Amino acid sequence: MNKIFALAGVVIKELYRRKDFYVLFVLTALLTLAAGAVNFFHDDKIVRYVKDICLLLIWVSALVISVVTTARQIPAEREARTIFPLLAKPVSRWHVIVGKFLGCWLATGVALVVFYFFFAAITGSKEQIWPWGAYLEAVWMHWVMLAIVIAMVLLGSIYFAAPSSTSTITIIVVGGVLLLGTHLNTIALQQPQPMQSILATVYFLMPHLEWYDLRDFVVYDMGLVPVRAVALATLYGAVWTAIFLLLAWFGFRRKSLNT
Amino acid sequence: MTAILRTEKLRVEYRSREMRQQTKVALAGLDLEVGAGEVFGFLGPNGAGKTTTMNILLGFVPLTSGSASLFGIDVRQPIARQRIGYLPELTYYYKFLTAEELLRFYAKIFGLARHEADQRIAELLKLVELEHAAKRPIKSYSKGMQQRVGLAQSLINNPDLLILDEPTSGLDPLGRMKVREIIQRLKEQGKTVFFSSHELGEVETVCDRVAIVHQGELKAVGTVAEITAGHENLEKAFLKIVGVQNSPLP
Ligand SMILES: Nc1ncnc2c1ncn2[C@@H]1O[C@H](COP(=O)(O)OP(=O)(O)OP(=O)(O)O)[C@@H](O)[C@H]1O
Ligand SMILES: [Mg+2]
Repeated sequence: MNKIFALAGVVIKELYRRKDFYVLFVLTALLTLAAGAVNFFHDDKIVRYVKDICLLLIWVSALVISVVTTARQIPAEREARTIFPLLAKPVSRWHVIVGKFLGCWLATGVALVVFYFFFAAITGSKEQIWPWGAYLEAVWMHWVMLAIVIAMVLLGSIYFAAPSSTSTITIIVVGGVLLLGTHLNTIALQQPQPMQSILATVYFLMPHLEWYDLRDFVVYDMGLVPVRAVALATLYGAVWTAIFLLLAWFGFRRKSLNT
Repeated sequence: MTAILRTEKLRVEYRSREMRQQTKVALAGLDLEVGAGEVFGFLGPNGAGKTTTMNILLGFVPLTSGSASLFGIDVRQPIARQRIGYLPELTYYYKFLTAEELLRFYAKIFGLARHEADQRIAELLKLVELEHAAKRPIKSYSKGMQQRVGLAQSLINNPDLLILDEPTSGLDPLGRMKVREIIQRLKEQGKTVFFSSHELGEVETVCDRVAIVHQGELKAVGTVAEITAGHENLEKAFLKIVGVQNSPLP
């Protein structure tokens, strides 16, 4: 466990010492702030619209930060050859995978908390409402979703040498799941066979990232999601994360590191 | 003499997509045995298979056939690497960490207690003469300084066997002398050192035994005196063994 935390610590240190991470971070914070300033219309529709945009921004930004950071981890270890002195120590490749995962996930967690805090502070100061419960659920579910995404990116980074390919592919896949996820089932029913069965199978087998999107609950004040549902979604997320991490380990384990 | 490091009929073939699945034989049946407390020089021209041998010993590359073991344990088991220190060739350590942070990270990996790590890190930074730069990020280091960080990290766990891939490459004459002294000191402490080098002069002075590989095969092994016998010096013997005639340039 200490080994995993040590590895995660290096990931986090790198993140806050690299300047490129701040650009997106500051940009999101600034745009959220700017959006808050628009809010003097006191028109419910506009307020909701602005909130929607802010949350979308937070989603896109968090996704890009987590994907880009994670995609780089293992290729960078190989490129700088730091993987060699590392694996020459009593560290297994499983430790490396899990340590990298944990580091990236914790770092994204920090970014998420800051983003949502900004959002809460701005909407709260304008509207004098503080639905902390809904925020907490939204952040937690968002974070669990990013765990699945980060594990998926790690898996991709084992197979694609270029971090940019891994990033592009996962962003497209994640975006696709988020946009189509809920509708795929209905779309499937309208298709002729065999397309119907194929789409239904895809719907059944894919990780349902869209379940973690609680933006509407926050924007439309829809109250809280039952704790049971959150717990189930967390469990579901943990299973998918574990599956991706195991697959990543499986690929990494047999990899000759000299090429 | 008990063998701490042993390879038997070790064969390694590289097969890669870039080469359209053609195989490249990097090691063709290498037999090697290094005993406890020896300083063993591993020589050979570029591409002879020295780094490949080390990659096998450390489990980075799967072997094709034959066997390799450390402390009598098959290298495929991670536990075989518990008591070793390794200095890779051409490594660019985490640029954003300082030397001190890097060593602390590796100390954590070995599960060293905090005070123990503090003491060890101070000792090592002193040993490789990087105390003045310990709090600077590694990206600001010169090549030789990076090489010395590498040497320090290889010693963090006070290992019984050191595997060093060209430890003096990139170092100035003073730095080389320091490395020779460090190797000498390790020998006095009863450690085993297995290292590759192109610096035949320094190999002559520090090694108990040397092996010369060429094209993945063992061409000679023995004490420096045995190998040099009948030749002016180790360099001449080396050139003879790897089959280069000392012809003048055109
Ligand atoms: N990943 C790889 N794919 C294909 N061939 C490889 C690979 N790595 C090494 N080789 C080949 O294996 C042989 C041995 O290489 P190795 O790196 O072990 O040499 P070396 O003795 O360490 O040389 P040097 O003194 O230059 O460091 C070389 O012919 C090299 O081209
Ligand atoms: Mg080499």
